[in-house]
Amino acid sequence: MNSKKPNRRGFLKGGAALAGVAAGGAGLASGQTAGTPAKKLDELIAYGDRSRFVTSKRIPVAERHSPDEFGLTFHVLTPLQDSHGIITPSSLHYTATHRGAFVPDIDPKEHRLMIHGMVDRPLIFTMDELKRLPSVSRIHFIECLGNRARPTHKNVQETHGLTSCAEWTGVPLSLLLKEAGVQSAASWIVAEGAEEVKGNSSIPLAKAMDDCMVCYAQNGEPIRPQQGFPLRLMAPGFEGIYQIKYLRRIKVVDRFYMTYDDYGHINPDPKASALTHQIGPKSVITFPSGGHQLSGPGIYQISGLAWSGAGAIRSVEVSTDGGQSWKKAELQSPAYRMAHARFGLGWKWDGKECVLMSRCTDELGTVQPTRAEVAKFWNEPVDKVRVRGADNTVQPWRISSDGSVHNGMA
Amino acid sequence: MAWRRLLLVASILGICQTAWSQSPTFGVGRAPTAEEIRAWDIAISPTGKELPPGQGTAKEGAALYVRKACAACHGVKGSSGGHAPTLIKGSEVPNTVPCLSPCVNDSNVMAIHSPYATVIWDYINRGMPLGKEGSLTPNEVYSLTAFLLFKNDVIKEDEVMDAQSLPKVKMPNRDGAALPPEWKHGEPRLQGYP
Ligand code: HEC
Repeated sequence: MNSKKPNRRGFLKGGAALAGVAAGGAGLASGQTAGTPAKKLDELIAYGDRSRFVTSKRIPVAERHSPDEFGLTFHVLTPLQDSHGIITPSSLHYTATHRGAFVPDIDPKEHRLMIHGMVDRPLIFTMDELKRLPSVSRIHFIECLGNRARPTHKNVQETHGLTSCAEWTGVPLSLLLKEAGVQSAASWIVAEGAEEVKGNSSIPLAKAMDDCMVCYAQNGEPIRPQQGFPLRLMAPGFEGIYQIKYLRRIKVVDRFYMTYDDYGHINPDPKASALTHQIGPKSVITFPSGGHQLSGPGIYQISGLAWSGAGAIRSVEVSTDGGQSWKKAELQSPAYRMAHARFGLGWKWDGKECVLMSRCTDELGTVQPTRAEVAKFWNEPVDKVRVRGADNTVQPWRISSDGSVHNGMA
Repeated sequence: MAWRRLLLVASILGICQTAWSQSPTFGVGRAPTAEEIRAWDIAISPTGKELPPGQGTAKEGAALYVRKACAACHGVKGSSGGHAPTLIKGSEVPNTVPCLSPCVNDSNVMAIHSPYATVIWDYINRGMPLGKEGSLTPNEVYSLTAFLLFKNDVIKEDEVMDAQSLPKVKMPNRDGAALPPEWKHGEPRLQGYP
């Protein structure tokens, strides 16, 4: 397979895009003369662009630049501080690879999906054949295990930008497995991508038969190359590493296979291991969040996102006093299973320093924990606790009396 | 509507496992040939049952490590200080680039940390040398795996690695991976976890 290196581009250094737009707004109320768009009109008619005044961008994680010295992409963060509603535009969907990977340039006409192993009828599908089968479209988040807020992070892009949510369209994996005829002794599948390192993960067969999808579209168009064009496995609510991009093969097996990607996540403690796979209930306030600037005391709309790997979000609460009291927020979007839900709460800021937080409850009744609660569970000091599995702890944002917003972990 | 029907099918299947192997409904797609399956099936189980014939030793691996440009990215001694992971313990050069967990250039050297030697064989075979993946012969992969195991004090220099011996290598971290409990729809990850 030929690997194409991603274009080198200038990346936005800070995360203050939204603050800039908000500040500039006042002087430009009405009566502007339209400027000239940068691209040719016929190009824009063919495939639209956003306004040149909208500059929200993804950024590579600070710990490792993308592209790196080999041209590999590692972890690239979604600008959640600028987000509205629950759908992440495909161009802004986070992208992460286990240890860095090239973005392969796959011709969909040549692409095949093979299902084999412990099945009665091994099968090979072309993309066209997959599209002849009944499809489903579902809205699901994907989140990377590396989505861990740290005190050094300045804004919500850095603390939480390795989660995104999109509409995914494809064939239920259960349908394909049924076509192949899974044998009764089978208990796992190994799903594998076609990129240069052929990333693969072991997934429980029960999950594969439950709600996994073999997807060819994201947000109404073919999946973007950075997201797995032309085919991606969706294992809703599981860590990002199980959402196999460039899906080329599913092998039905009777044991956990300890693939390279599985190996990267091993843990000797069964309790810690139980917290892998499925992501716990998690929420974060996206406005106001780190780097935003409140213009003065008065009314604001607190807005944020909540999601859970176990199902739908039932409720979200917001605290404006550092967790002493909680108010029920309004769910402002549909709460789909394993999807971002948008919550909001009207709030009057009195101009005093305060700490904002959110916590959510999912359909199982599981409540998003604070770091202190997790530390207590593991019997570790709160400033040193290592959150096992995906880090779903409550994120504090500190509002200073001058209206600036900071990471409350710092 | 479609998704309701699907849920229904899924729940019926969940109760009655044997129903999964019914006859096909759509008849779309074709059967791969045995040769196609052999060519594509590069996933190696910890039992090693998919390992191809062939063999190699650490001595042969040492030469290949240089000849196949492994050393160019991973460092002559097994560490480069860059983004290619450290392959040989005690060889770490100062880490100039911090990284996320699971981290490269730390003591989590694969030949020590991996519970099974088969994972190393599988990954060299599928992913290395980066940029020329899939170009190594089975003998070369056995040799390179033997070289990394020897350099990390897991096997002796003259031990021959093949489809029989490789899965039997007693890895220092054999018990270092607890399996997650069986996944069930609609259950929390860990009872009692906040
Ligand atoms: C062009 C640079 C390059 C070359 C050449 C190369 N590697 Fe790698 N290797 C990498 C990178 C980068 C990774 C991390 C995985 C990734 O980013 O795809 C890696 C990962 C690995 C790993 C996994 C280590 C771990 O701890 O996860 C092994 C084993 C490995 N390489 C062995 C080899 C061998 C053996 C050769 C020679 C046949 C080789 N590599 C050649 C760059 C290279």
